[in-house]
Amino acid sequence: MAFFLMASVLPFIAGGMADSGLPSHHADDENLRTRFSWFLSGASLITSIPALILMTAHVGFAGFASENGVTLLQATFMVAIIWALPANIVLIGAIAGGYSLLGAAIAVGLSSIRLMPMVAAFVPEMRGPKTRKITLVFLSHFIAVTAWVMGMERLKHVPRDMRTSYFAGLGITLTMTNTLVVAIVYFLSTDFPPMVFAALFFLTPMYFLTSLWGSARDRSIHVAMVSGLLLFPVIHSIAPAYDLLLTGVAGGIVTMAYVHLAKRGNAP
Amino acid sequence: MTWQSLTDWWWPYLFILLAGWLPTDIWRFIGVFIGGRVREDSEALIAVRAVATALVAGVIAQLILYPSGALAESSVFLRIGAAAAGFVAYLALGRRVIISVIAGEAVLLCGLLLA
Repeated sequence: MAFFLMASVLPFIAGGMADSGLPSHHADDENLRTRFSWFLSGASLITSIPALILMTAHVGFAGFASENGVTLLQATFMVAIIWALPANIVLIGAIAGGYSLLGAAIAVGLSSIRLMPMVAAFVPEMRGPKTRKITLVFLSHFIAVTAWVMGMERLKHVPRDMRTSYFAGLGITLTMTNTLVVAIVYFLSTDFPPMVFAALFFLTPMYFLTSLWGSARDRSIHVAMVSGLLLFPVIHSIAPAYDLLLTGVAGGIVTMAYVHLAKRGNAP
Repeated sequence: MTWQSLTDWWWPYLFILLAGWLPTDIWRFIGVFIGGRVREDSEALIAVRAVATALVAGVIAQLILYPSGALAESSVFLRIGAAAAGFVAYLALGRRVIISVIAGEAVLLCGLLLA
């Protein structure tokens, strides 16, 4: 575990040195230190409310995995390598349902398409002027809904060229910690009364609802949010298999219509 | 080929890689290439951000309206009411996320205890 952390941190520190473009060792050291301190400040978000809420969601996941005959090691492997809770739940459902490899992959793929527009919107926020594509590809693995909401909220307060280091700290720590949470909860086979689980499961949507609202920098995000919330139940009743995807597209169309109307309204 | 097809120790891990990791991270990688092509202030970025936001809002609606596990047994009206109460508390009491979480949970737990 510690080795993995070192191995994943080092390229950023190295990347930082290559990025600086300054010949002097002193400047490299300085840059390295700044990068590392931004990495740590991203990592320190592990004690924030949203990070704690995500851990409670993983407490529930550990129980779900063990109920469905997935071993401790397999469950922890899933969390680290897939790092998207809905995809993990779909995968375990497919395993329990006796799906073929291809069938399971299609089901998981459909639940994960949503990550594509999320990452596409996140990358312009996170990249610095000299960020390499390979760094972004590596970091994209750590983007799931919690890290996305946290990043969209906080990255704008981080200097541009330090954002990849900051997100590396946030994303890697979040993933590693939750992997560990699943392993520990599974091992102890902790059980809670149903009321506690109900309260825990409600934390995630409640938190997302207000933090996503608060992270918006202009009205269009609020329009997108409200249309997503209202369109989802309608679309779910028509096309349950593609409900999230279609909600995204339809909500996007409504929002763009709003943006155009607002622009026309403001035109002299 | 299913989860049970092979009894070798490595088969479940290969299954997880091919049926879980690959169809998930492939979308992230495609997202990186799309995100790399849109300009900071472009209309395309506003559109991508709108789609992503509506999608995440859809996830929120899904968790509230069609939850799994222990929450599924509660009334849908209680969950909507609790979420609305949390959101109103957030807007009214200084826009702090923690306040919305406390208010929403308080309404939910009261409802669960009374039911």
